[in-house]
Amino acid sequence: MTSTLPATVDVAPHPPTVTADGPDRTAYDVITPASGRPSRWRRIVSFWPLGIYTTPLLILLVWQLTSALGLLPPAIAPAPTAVLAEAVYQNESGTLFTDIATSLERAGLGLALGLAVAIPTAVLAGLFRAGEMAFNGIYQIVNTIPLLAILPLMVVWFGIDELTKVLLISIGAAVPMYLNLFAAIRGVDNQFIEMARAAGASRLTVLRRVVFPGALPGFLVGLRFSLAYSVLGLVAAETVNAEEGIGHMILLSQTYMRHEGVFLGLAIYALFGLAADQIVRVLERTLLRWRNTGVQA
Amino acid sequence: MTGLLTSFVQARDIVRRFGDRVVLDHLDLDIARSEFVVLLGPSGCGKSTLLRLLAGLDRPDAGEIRVPADRAIVFQAARLLPWEKAWRNVTIGLKGPDARQRALAALAEVGLADRADAWPKTLSGGEAQRVALARALVADPSLVLLDEPFAALDAITRLRMHALVRDLRARHNAAMLLVTHDVDEAIALGDRILVMQAGRIGHEFTVALPAEERTHGAERDELRVRLLDALGVANLAH
Repeated sequence: MTSTLPATVDVAPHPPTVTADGPDRTAYDVITPASGRPSRWRRIVSFWPLGIYTTPLLILLVWQLTSALGLLPPAIAPAPTAVLAEAVYQNESGTLFTDIATSLERAGLGLALGLAVAIPTAVLAGLFRAGEMAFNGIYQIVNTIPLLAILPLMVVWFGIDELTKVLLISIGAAVPMYLNLFAAIRGVDNQFIEMARAAGASRLTVLRRVVFPGALPGFLVGLRFSLAYSVLGLVAAETVNAEEGIGHMILLSQTYMRHEGVFLGLAIYALFGLAADQIVRVLERTLLRWRNTGVQA
Repeated sequence: MTGLLTSFVQARDIVRRFGDRVVLDHLDLDIARSEFVVLLGPSGCGKSTLLRLLAGLDRPDAGEIRVPADRAIVFQAARLLPWEKAWRNVTIGLKGPDARQRALAALAEVGLADRADAWPKTLSGGEAQRVALARALVADPSLVLLDEPFAALDAITRLRMHALVRDLRARHNAAMLLVTHDVDEAIALGDRILVMQAGRIGHEFTVALPAEERTHGAERDELRVRLLDALGVANLAH
């Protein structure tokens, strides 16, 4: 390389298309600033108000249309409006609110109990080898047992009342929280722990400022699954001797061949699932703010 | 130099093995109060192992090490907690209500006062390493151990960091041990340069050049050749 360049070097704004050896066969990418106006499609997507509810709502719309056109007999699936009418009817007769409240209370109790057991055991197992030996086996075993399979046993052991239902939900909620939180604590980068210890931080400070914040993303993954599994556990639990609750509503509707009631119950379970997802989303957005402040895209 | 009888940092007859490989072989090392010692050697020569022993992050298989308790380490990677803002990262080893004030003062010292509220992910490599320097210096340690802290930085940023370290050292008067494989870095910063060889200190060079003669000049060039010679790569340099 010679260094006899002029003070200002004239750089060709575009690559030459013909070289000394003949036509230039190189494929070029021309990269320019993003234009001020995004494409029409992008603008529509960014202002689309329905977000992740787009497809579910689209299915509802098609469903309603096919029902209205008589392509979908009510005996197979009632129209969404019929399900809505069922909700209004049940609300007026006073059972809808009681059923939802009872189910939510069961799910909430089970979730709370499951998390109250899973979180401390996962922390102990994550921090101490002895904790891992004490708890991991149990959770791994329970993890592979389907909730519906242990339901009959639990009915024998704990009766057919609320206790069995809440325990079943708590098992469903506890397992994913334990497995995810344990893995998250073990997965905290050892370099951070070493740095904090070397800087003179106490063990408590290391836990508070390194281990727990580092395990938080995994904790939230666990929470997402726990919430979903507590709804699944609820569905399983409410098939047994429920006198109130969404499961009871479904069974009752089945008995009387009221398809609208079955669909209403399923729709409410689905809404529970969506709500659980929204809760975790909000938690992620507020607690993991540091993750979204990366280098400007 | 002070402390000839009992050095500030003293390592005697240090042996460290990894499996069959003897990394440190009856090594002795002394560092005086507020001395800047550079440990120079190629990758895998055991210099980082020695630094980890001095830091107390690892233990020797034989021998004895005495280091001041108020020591700090700067690692090769900045190791900033991504979930804490820059100033908060600086406070990890601090106690007491004035932690924030002290962290801000330390960040000002490394020229990052205006980045105190930045998230680590938004910092450049040089900025992150300066936060790590502030974190090491905030408690005013009497010994700072630097484990190739500028190896991952570009050449220009590295030169700026050298000036910053010289400045910080003048202000804090701490003893410093820098581990590096960069001969120019060793000359830029060291009072004394130790070249590692076969698990021991093979060569020792005392550098008495003023700061402005450390980047160019005949004496500096001669020292550079002698260092390369000690590293066994002098003939490659021509």
